Amino acid sequence: MSSTTAVAGKNYLTDPKGIGSWIYTLDHKRIGLLYLVSVLFFFLVGGIFALLVRLELWSPGQTVMSADTYNKAFTYHGTMMVFMVIIPMIPAAIGNFVLPLMLGAKDVAFPRLNLLSYYIFMAGALLGVGTLFFKGVDTGWTFYTPYSTKTGSAAAMMVMAAFVMGFSSILTGLNFITTIHKLRAPGQGWTKLPLMCWALYATSLLQLLATPVLALTLCLMAMERVFNIGIFDPALGGDPVLFQHFFWFYSHPAVYIMVLPAMGVINEVIPVFSQKPIFGYKAMALAVFGIAAVAFIVWGHHMFTSGQSATAGFIFSLITMFVAIPTGIKMFSWLATMYKGTLRFQAPMLYAYAFLFVFLIGGLTGVVLATMAADIHLHDTYFVVAHFHYVMVGGTLMGFMAGIHYWWPKMFGKMYSEGAAKLAWFFVFMGFNVTFFPQFIAGSQGMPRRYYDYVAEFTIWNQVSTVGSWMIGVGFVISAIYLMASLVGGRKASDNPWQALGLEWQTSSPPPTENFLVDPVVTHGPYDYDKVAA
Amino acid sequence: MSSPSSVDHHGKPGEHHFAHHFRSALHEFVTCKQGMWLFLVQEVLFFSPLFVAYFMFRAQYAHDFHLGALQLDWKMGALNTIILLCSSYTMARAVTASQRGEKSIVKYLAITFLCAAGFLVVKYFEYTHKIHDGLLPGKFMTNPELLAEAPKAAIFFSLYFCMTGLHGIHVIGGMGVIAWIMWRAHKGEFGPKYFTPVEMTGLYWHFVDLVWIFLFPMLYLVG
Ligand SMILES: [Cu+2]
Repeated sequence: MSSTTAVAGKNYLTDPKGIGSWIYTLDHKRIGLLYLVSVLFFFLVGGIFALLVRLELWSPGQTVMSADTYNKAFTYHGTMMVFMVIIPMIPAAIGNFVLPLMLGAKDVAFPRLNLLSYYIFMAGALLGVGTLFFKGVDTGWTFYTPYSTKTGSAAAMMVMAAFVMGFSSILTGLNFITTIHKLRAPGQGWTKLPLMCWALYATSLLQLLATPVLALTLCLMAMERVFNIGIFDPALGGDPVLFQHFFWFYSHPAVYIMVLPAMGVINEVIPVFSQKPIFGYKAMALAVFGIAAVAFIVWGHHMFTSGQSATAGFIFSLITMFVAIPTGIKMFSWLATMYKGTLRFQAPMLYAYAFLFVFLIGGLTGVVLATMAADIHLHDTYFVVAHFHYVMVGGTLMGFMAGIHYWWPKMFGKMYSEGAAKLAWFFVFMGFNVTFFPQFIAGSQGMPRRYYDYVAEFTIWNQVSTVGSWMIGVGFVISAIYLMASLVGGRKASDNPWQALGLEWQTSSPPPTENFLVDPVVTHGPYDYDKVAA
Repeated sequence: MSSPSSVDHHGKPGEHHFAHHFRSALHEFVTCKQGMWLFLVQEVLFFSPLFVAYFMFRAQYAHDFHLGALQLDWKMGALNTIILLCSSYTMARAVTASQRGEKSIVKYLAITFLCAAGFLVVKYFEYTHKIHDGLLPGKFMTNPELLAEAPKAAIFFSLYFCMTGLHGIHVIGGMGVIAWIMWRAHKGEFGPKYFTPVEMTGLYWHFVDLVWIFLFPMLYLVG
């Protein structure tokens, strides 16, 4: 299809104009950008909390803050990063922008609901940030009972915030599933669907099916706090472990809500920057559903030390290891896609490499933790902290960075400085490993997570880790500078700067308000780099 | 709004301008219907922790739950079941009427609305009676006999109030939606070419009834 830059100057960013046209926008591209700006703001705040936590851990004993402040700092870091950043980061921000474009659709299925989801998210996020003015929260992001029902901090307000944001996530999932089912361009059969869309589909299923369970559980927890209903209170005959079951029934799938969309991004980036068809398209599509399905029956691996029976522990341990099968299929297919490809080492691809590297470590240490006997030793140590940062930060954040660098020219019609991007990539990727790899060592030697103080032997690992956190900080500051600079003085991006085959590259950069001036018809697969010249 | 970003317009009776991102009115209808079904799936999972907690504690404290359940008035519960079943019937009639463009839709929606209100009135009497007897959740349980014989009945009443309360909130929400589409039906917006909101409300209302069909035997009858 030919390019559609004919109507130069008119695009979704400039048409219609005015603040109101953004606040009340029903355009999925603008809603995606609203999410992007909000999520990046919360990422900044959550990142500052992370830097503070790392700074406090520079030396044993008090370094810069009191123990109570420290408890709050890691709670805000965790809660904000999970609920306000990594969960909406790829699906709601990037996904909203690219999904209808990739389907050749004019919008998502329910544009009003989409805008409503954004405002629900913001209401919940502001409620969550608002707890800072009501004594703060010190429960950690897991809100375990009975501590969360007894603490003097604003735990009820924080869980209500997570409850509200949950509905944003549910409604976005609902919207995306329906969009993928009903709004695909003519000719785009299920086997011509880009793998990013498959990943968003599986993610949406998890959002739709798991989030309501958390929402109600958090309601019950708040009721417990306010009305002492006793369901989670052993003094009244309730069961605090039931809370953990409900919590992880959501929060294990939530890990895949975070990482599946990142896999989707990697699925798009690797074929484009290898100029080769993706290896094993159908296996790749099935694998995300395999991961999503297994996600619902492994939650008990968080509770090996919570008094769950050994039989239950064994079964959860075994099923958890099955996650490695579809994940392995994806890893090997990505490698096979690159094999003998025409590789280009530009920013999106560098982040895809970073993803493969850190996600491999994150995934393999996951198998270590799934082994019940090993987990008894490693449970609640820094080994776990390192593992889930390798998966959640390594996986999601690297995927997000790959995606934002890949679609940036489409979003804003501008190219960023490739040199600056490579420099930032170096700091982010190196900094990430410097921060979290030592935590595997400290954790395996027994340093407990969430502790304010530690024995002097762990000082060296903590100091390396803290230096790493500064490197990550530098990397993101550089990224922020060159990305913003590109908006002002960046080179104009062509419609298809990466020679990609996806539908989103067939419209102008940035796209017109209605996405495509001519309704697209799909005639080839999204990764037919061997058959079609992009 | 005249730009392509405006989503839909409700025109004169019988005419429905479907939203710009759909290919036809039918395309819009089937999309909305799928969205509604997914919403209901979400609702099932939203209620599910309460059901899991109920079965778990029921197995753990069978005796106390038995005595707790005996405190509920099954006649009131049965009355409410009948009321909701009737409302489901009138809701179905309202959907059919809207598809055929019949005026009776307003009448059927009004009866559905009144049934919902009746349900809440019965529930109000039940609640006040329970509060009067000190049959309250968790720590607030003050009923002397039950405290002596079945202290864990407090959990039963926690679940009773949470489950019927959450269901009640759904009934109230449903009344709001029914009132809204009743007003739109009164203006003549629905007909054979456009009845999506009525059908969606119908699906939701049947779901709310169905939840009660499970709650009634679980809370009132299994003794
Ligand atoms: Cu898990």
